[in-house]
Amino acid sequence: MSTEMIKTTYREAIRAAIRDAMLRDERVFLMGEDVGRYGGCFAVSKGLLDEFGPERIRDTPLSESAFVGAGIGAAMGGVRPIVEIMTVNFSLLALDQIVNNAATILHMSGGQFNIPLVIRMTTGAGRQLAAQHSHSLEGWYAHIPGIKVLTPATLEDARGMLWPALEDPDPVLIFENGLLYNMEGELAADAGPVDISKAAIRRPGQHISLITYGGTLFKTLAAADELARDGIDAEVVDLRILRPLDTEMIVDSVTRTHRAVIIDEGWRSGSISAEIMARIMENAFYELDAPVARVCSVEVPMPYPKHLEDAAIPQVPAIVAASRRVVTGHE
Amino acid sequence: MAQSNRRKQPTIEREHALHLLKEMLRIRRLEEKCVELYTAAKIRGFVHLYIGEEAVAVGTMQALEPEDNIVATYREHGHALARGVSANAIMAEMYGKLEGCSRGRGGSMHLFDAATRFYGGNAIVGGGLPLAVGLALADKIAGRPQLTACFFGEGAVAEGEFHESLNLAALWNLPVLFCCENNLYAMGTALSRSESETDICLKAAAFEIPAWPVDGMDVVAVEGATRRAATAVRGGGGPHFLEYRTYRFRAHSMYDPELYRDKQEVAEWKKRDPIPNLLERLKQQNLSQEEDWTRMEAEVAREIEQSVEFAEAGKWEPVEELTRFVYSEAPTDVQGSKFNVQSPRPTP
Repeated sequence: MSTEMIKTTYREAIRAAIRDAMLRDERVFLMGEDVGRYGGCFAVSKGLLDEFGPERIRDTPLSESAFVGAGIGAAMGGVRPIVEIMTVNFSLLALDQIVNNAATILHMSGGQFNIPLVIRMTTGAGRQLAAQHSHSLEGWYAHIPGIKVLTPATLEDARGMLWPALEDPDPVLIFENGLLYNMEGELAADAGPVDISKAAIRRPGQHISLITYGGTLFKTLAAADELARDGIDAEVVDLRILRPLDTEMIVDSVTRTHRAVIIDEGWRSGSISAEIMARIMENAFYELDAPVARVCSVEVPMPYPKHLEDAAIPQVPAIVAASRRVVTGHE
Repeated sequence: MAQSNRRKQPTIEREHALHLLKEMLRIRRLEEKCVELYTAAKIRGFVHLYIGEEAVAVGTMQALEPEDNIVATYREHGHALARGVSANAIMAEMYGKLEGCSRGRGGSMHLFDAATRFYGGNAIVGGGLPLAVGLALADKIAGRPQLTACFFGEGAVAEGEFHESLNLAALWNLPVLFCCENNLYAMGTALSRSESETDICLKAAAFEIPAWPVDGMDVVAVEGATRRAATAVRGGGGPHFLEYRTYRFRAHSMYDPELYRDKQEVAEWKKRDPIPNLLERLKQQNLSQEEDWTRMEAEVAREIEQSVEFAEAGKWEPVEELTRFVYSEAPTDVQGSKFNVQSPRPTP
């Protein structure tokens, strides 16, 4: 049962996943802005150009719509592109291709043309990058049938989600929270592909379900530790996949704990957190002992100064306070 | 230099000439039937007719091989038919029937057909260009010799995706044949009202892509120019760009009162109708007799009538299947011949 563990970072885990996929399947290639010579905007692909050459680590012009659309066409043509978009905000320049083409062509063509495409992008705030580099729009993408939305938070998922995403016959979007790239930890030396169909319980508990994903997972786990000191035993559910949502695991958890708080770095209006609340109401209304609560980003464009940015996104004290309120009726 | 006023026309071989004529006639009669069926409420949604522009699709398709990829627009009935999608499958698609080439899911604007490598039927202006670049990229990576022909109207040149795609195709020397169908109007907006530079070939030239205009009302000229460009693309010459100067005789779609162009202009262009002009030319060159035309008309009429019968007899997709194909049902590699490389499985 003992496995050799290695020290690594989230960034290195993703790089290892890309490298592994390139070695396994010669159809796989990476393309995006500055993925080659520069080494990736966030240094994820550093070193890969030397190993695989410019045909497979392909720098693109600043043309999000064209290179995402080219990824769709290339996927239809039988190769396996990994398209990197620098940030989720930039992906809006490629929304036409993602929403009107990648998500529709299989259904619209009556099942004739599937799009085995993977798009990776950075998401999230916390690096003082202000209002055009910091938003969390993955919940938005989860609105769209025809695509799948993955949000790896752990090192295992950073290392393991890419290969099954590439094996998936349909478009898969992978959202990497920018604050996690430097996260260090231990990972099994032989870590490999993981399941991409189920949520995961990262901390079992019996009094309340804290449901989250991506960058806020670790804040939520910290909040759970703090709650434990007060005798509140919180369960932490990592959604891992925003579409299709693992409703069963959400409902199972809430059915056991009878209370829930959803923690989401996205805004609350029309959001994935709202969707999760709706599913709890639809499926577990009579199991609830208290109204479900949410901790989301404040509904403002992300500000630059640290104190305002910190105030805009979910933090541990807010998660603790919301959880206490739901469990005890007061803070 | 003294020049004869008489236009020099290349001689064409009789069988091929009759083939070109018939292909254009098939499109013309199919489109006319669509109007009739639209009026009868058998066809719904948006329908964009190709009447007047037939020479472009027919001439272009002559230069393409079965392995080539086609990306078309929402005005694509003619391209699909000329490419080899059956009139039955097209008509059934217009009806929204299961037997349609897109299972009835797409309708007039979204004809797809894997067998003829017909990648739509794309109804976002300019949205098909990046797909064509990607298809060509896949071919280049895989070392396959085919090209991708990408059709779009002159309206698409105003879209950012046009410029991004031309740049990418040229930068990566990809085998794309850009086929711009310049019918002078983007819906109701004349080219001169939407572009500061109306010479479209100059825009392609700015990306170092060889580009030239073609008389899109002359099927022989279209075929010749397309062959020349296709040969260059296949020879590793990178993307090429043809601007087919053509005209749509009918309204933009079924909801268009045509307030933006005058009747005189339409009448002038109709004098250049590619079908009677080719017929006349063949008669002058003694390549066609009246009975050829009569026989052709009868054959085409029968084909179109049969397509209507086929569509009428078709089935509606059961509502229970509404959510099929939002996601794939089978692993990619066993779904079709286009995915012929075995995906290695992850090692445990």
